[in-house]
Amino acid sequence: MIEGILIGLSTALSFTNILMVMVGCFAGTIIGMLPGLGPMTAIALMIPITYGFDPSTGLILMAGVYYGAVFGGSTSSILLNAPGIPGTVATAFDGYPMAQQGKAGKALAIAAYSSFAGGTISAIFLLIAAPSLSKVSLAFRSPDYFALMILGLTAISAFSSKGQFLKAMMMVVLGLMLATVGQDSLSDITRFTFNNMNLTDGISFVLIVMATFAMSEALTIIFRGKDPNRAAKQISLTELGSIKVNKEETIKMAKTIPRSSILGFLIGVLPGAGATIASFLAYGMERNYVNEEEKQKFGKGSVHGLSAPETANNAACSGSFVPLLTLGIPGSGTTAVMLGALLGFGIQPGPRLYQTNPEIFWSVIMSMYIGMVVLLILNLPLIPYIARILAVPRNYLIPLILFFSVTGIYLMSFNNFDIFLMIGIAVVATFLRLYDFPMPPLILAFVLGGLMEETLRRSLLISDGSPNFLWDRPITLIILIITIVIIFWQIFSTFRKKT
Amino acid sequence: MRISPTKFISLLFFVLSVFYLYSAYNIQVFAFDENAPFNARTFPIYLGWAGIVLSSLKIILPEKNTIIVNHKHLDYKSITYLVIISLIYAAVILKIGYFISTSLFLFASYYFLGERRWGLMFILSFPFVSAFMYLLHGLLNIYLRDPFLKYIGVMG
Repeated sequence: MIEGILIGLSTALSFTNILMVMVGCFAGTIIGMLPGLGPMTAIALMIPITYGFDPSTGLILMAGVYYGAVFGGSTSSILLNAPGIPGTVATAFDGYPMAQQGKAGKALAIAAYSSFAGGTISAIFLLIAAPSLSKVSLAFRSPDYFALMILGLTAISAFSSKGQFLKAMMMVVLGLMLATVGQDSLSDITRFTFNNMNLTDGISFVLIVMATFAMSEALTIIFRGKDPNRAAKQISLTELGSIKVNKEETIKMAKTIPRSSILGFLIGVLPGAGATIASFLAYGMERNYVNEEEKQKFGKGSVHGLSAPETANNAACSGSFVPLLTLGIPGSGTTAVMLGALLGFGIQPGPRLYQTNPEIFWSVIMSMYIGMVVLLILNLPLIPYIARILAVPRNYLIPLILFFSVTGIYLMSFNNFDIFLMIGIAVVATFLRLYDFPMPPLILAFVLGGLMEETLRRSLLISDGSPNFLWDRPITLIILIITIVIIFWQIFSTFRKKT
Repeated sequence: MRISPTKFISLLFFVLSVFYLYSAYNIQVFAFDENAPFNARTFPIYLGWAGIVLSSLKIILPEKNTIIVNHKHLDYKSITYLVIISLIYAAVILKIGYFISTSLFLFASYYFLGERRWGLMFILSFPFVSAFMYLLHGLLNIYLRDPFLKYIGVMG
């Protein structure tokens, strides 16, 4: 391992590769900040550029873009409540309320420190535990994944619903229904397209997230006559002071970061789980860990609530490299794009990567540390300037959010049907928001819908249509028991409130 | 009898779920897949039933905290204008191109939201969109389809 680390360091610390990490982090942050342009788009854009480099440099550049875009996505989540990627949806739960209270700089600083700590801790885990952790993820079978996704959806419904569990579960079902639109992945049979060719490929994630978050948030601000400019004025007056994190907040972060890092990393290692589940579960777990007083602050600008998903999503980013590098299975959509790029270089990731291309394996791991330092150095000084986005008056801010949303969709398909669909979903989401129907469960369900159907399909085919797969394996059973406990806990807490 | 908005939304969701379930049962699957343990219908059928059960529970169970929205405080006028402008924007973007349609959309949106600083409105529409297009198309090499700019020779 020591030899590998040295090989990795010598490759990652070359002038070209350090430059690539810096360029990648900067470009990723800028692109990730724009609602609609997440890390997948950013990395996909980088693929043609990386063909000019050697494979390790190309992969280092893409890894830098990945981290930068995740941080950039957090920035737009906190400032605009417009997450560019699903992994930063949970960041908006407490980051955005904090920004609305005039603490945008502080929220961004907490996000930066948490991201840095989460990324660094998980990179250490990756270094030490990569080979053995790959065995853990290998032990998971389709029924376990199915149960894990049920758990994730139940947890998000329980924790983001503000006591309206049934409403959140309805949103989960709606998200899953939307995910079934288009061609069935196995049989290619079209479903719920109503003979509309534009729906054959399904509804894009970016469209759903833009409609239910960015656009509907913009419409809600207008609808309710809110003025986000109030918070912005405070930020512009106290922009430098607002970055400082006080002792009490540091202690809170110090408690949150270790457990969220471990959770994020472990979830990130599971193929397909990734930053989204990690951030939602970390948010839910943190809410359970804190005392009653802190619990009340969740959703209203809690330091724990902001730090947990930010730590976990960065930790999961590092974790998602484990199955990619050691098994050749992407841990997330973003690493799937990277897998495509690696194959373009003629490299097949998998257990043999250690032997055949050790410089790639270790230099990517080493570049993670450098990337985290670059992000912290790059983003913290820029926070006062980034926070000024909120200083744009409402009359300008709202059309600009709509503009970024529409552009994000237009860039993907050059098709005005998608824009019409987005406007329609945004209007519906605006009315649902008025009556406290939460949107995050819908988003998570939509993202997981395809994978959930796939794992259910495999599980049912293996068990010949019998539901035995739900209790045959101990891992599946344990995960489902946890899910049932959450459901009963919801019922019990409702009953307790009534009495 | 007065039905609360939450229950009304749940009722709409119930109707949607029934329709979804009906459509799910009508999904055409291959003949050899008809009796398979899992086919293209299976997951949607589960979802349809889940939607029906959850919305029924929401309709039947008594509401704990009724959410009261004061409709007098809601700005229906501005939101209607914005939605109409957005729909017109979506309708014309392919015909007149990204640059002109986006610039006009931004300019019109500023106007309908009450902005009257014409100079700033202009800068934050036409030059702003030009700069954004240059960033995407010129610097980041992201293809932006604009038949009009292509026709007049601005874009390659």
